[in-house]
Amino acid sequence: MNKVLVAGKVNGTILKSKDSINFLGTVDKKTRIISDKNHDLYNKSLKDSILVFPSGVGSSVGAYTIYSIKSNDVAPLAMICKKADLTVATGCALANIPLITISEQEFSSLENGMKITLDTENSTPILH
Amino acid sequence: MELTREEESALKGEHGETMQMAYRILVATGEATDAEKLIPIEWTHLSGVNYNTIGDAGEEFLSSVSKDARVKVKTTLNPMGFDIDNVSNYGLDENFISKQLSIKNSYETMGVTPSFSCIPYEIFDIPKDGTQVAFAESNAAIHANSYDNLKTNKESAFSALASALTGKSPNSSLRKEETPNITINMKIKNPNELSYGMLGFFAGKVGDTSVNISGLSNMDNRQQKAMCGGMGTSGTCAKFIFGDGDSDCEKIDFDEKELQNVHDELNTAENGDIITLGSPQLGLEEITELSQKLKGRSFKKRCMVFTPRTVKVQMQKLGYTNELEKAGCEILSDCCTCLTPLINKDNVDAVTTNSIKGAFYLNNSNKVDVNLKPLSEIIEDETK
Repeated sequence: MNKVLVAGKVNGTILKSKDSINFLGTVDKKTRIISDKNHDLYNKSLKDSILVFPSGVGSSVGAYTIYSIKSNDVAPLAMICKKADLTVATGCALANIPLITISEQEFSSLENGMKITLDTENSTPILH
Repeated sequence: MELTREEESALKGEHGETMQMAYRILVATGEATDAEKLIPIEWTHLSGVNYNTIGDAGEEFLSSVSKDARVKVKTTLNPMGFDIDNVSNYGLDENFISKQLSIKNSYETMGVTPSFSCIPYEIFDIPKDGTQVAFAESNAAIHANSYDNLKTNKESAFSALASALTGKSPNSSLRKEETPNITINMKIKNPNELSYGMLGFFAGKVGDTSVNISGLSNMDNRQQKAMCGGMGTSGTCAKFIFGDGDSDCEKIDFDEKELQNVHDELNTAENGDIITLGSPQLGLEEITELSQKLKGRSFKKRCMVFTPRTVKVQMQKLGYTNELEKAGCEILSDCCTCLTPLINKDNVDAVTTNSIKGAFYLNNSNKVDVNLKPLSEIIEDETK
C-alpha cells in the first residue's frame, strides 16, 4: 500500500536489497557499511542512495542508527519500503529522510542502479 | 490519523520544539501502524541507552532534549554499556565512560527511572490486564503482549520516547484484536531454551505483526524469554498468540531442518573463549536456578552473568552472589551481552552463549564468533 511517512523530494540512484535491514548492529553508524555477511547488501555503502528494501527489522535502537548516519552525513537520500516498521519510520521522521511505502508490484519494478525522482507531493511519487 | 486540536497545535510547534518532534514521531508511527487516533498509555520502557549503540549523535541528541523535556508517565530504561561497580576491570576508555554517564544523566533529568534492564516485565509489577503501554526493548514488547496481557507496539527507541514525553501512543492494530495469517507449529522434540530462541528467530522472519504458535509444551521462564528475544531480533513481529489460529491460516512447521538453518546462520564456532549468560538479563528465578546448578562446580573459563541491579541487590542478600563468584562468574548489572562494549575481537575470538539474541549481535556488531549451547551443556562442558 502506498503511504507517505516522511515527506520530501530527492533525485538519486536506487540501491536495492531483497533482504530486510536490521539497522542496529548491521549498519555501521560512522561508515554506513552493512556488516552482516549473510546480507544482500554486505559491504555496500548506503550513503546518498535511494535505499529500497522490504522493511526494517530487529532492535528498536536501530532508529538511533538512522539518526546517527544522518548526523554523520552518510545517510541514504530517501528510503522506500514494502512495509513500514517503527524503527525506520521514526528514525526517518527524526532525521528528516523522506520515506514511503509501495506495493509488491511497484517494489519488483524498481531495480538496482535506476535513477529516479522521489517526490512525495506528487500523485505518482516515483518517476523513472 | 485524526489529531485533536491540541495535538495539532503541538505538531505545528506551538508547544515548543521538543513537543513538535514528539508529535512528528507519533504521526509517523501512526501512519506506519494504520492507527486512527492517539490513545493514553500508562508506562513506557525506553531503549537507546548504551553509548555503544547510540554513539555521539545519540548522546548529543539526549543531552539537548533533556534541557526541557520531562516524561509524563512511568518510564523505565534499557541497559547501558557497563556496570559502574566494576567498570575498571574491563578496560573501557574514559571517553566511553563519560559519554555513557552523560546519557544516564540526560535520562534521569527527564524523570526516567534508571532501571537499566531489558526485563521490565520481571522486575516491576505488571499492571492490570489490557493496560496500554509502550515498550521499545523488542524482547520486552513481545513478552508484554504475549505473556503479560499488556498492549504495546514493538516500539522504536524514538516512538517510545515520544510516548514518554506525551503520555500517548497511536492506537495501532496491535493494540486492538490481532488475527495473524500464519500459524507456526513447533515440531522439535524435547526443546531447550536454545531451541525456543531459534523458534523465535524463525517466527520473526516469517511473521508480520503477530503469529499464532502451536505445539508448545509447558515452557519455563528462561525458555519464554529466549523465544521473545529471538523473535525481537529477526523481525517486526510483536506478539505470539498461543493456539492453532483460524483454519485459513497458512501453516508452517518449525522442524529439525528449520532449526538447523537458524543454527548454521548464528553458530560460527565450535568453542568459545568466554561464556556469557543473559540477553535478556537473568531474573532472580534464573539466578537461583543457576546457583543451584553450579553447586560444587566452577567454570574453567570466564563466565559473564548479566542481571538487573535490583536483582543484583537481592542476590547479594540471599547469598547467591557469593556462590556464583566462587564458581567463577563475573556478575554485571545495568548492562547486557547484547551490544556490550565489554567484549570485542581484540581480546576475544569466540563467545559461548545460550542466547540467540546475543549471538546475532555478537556476530554482527561485536564481530566475534559465537558458539551456541543450552545452559545444561554449558555447565556440563565448561565447569569442573
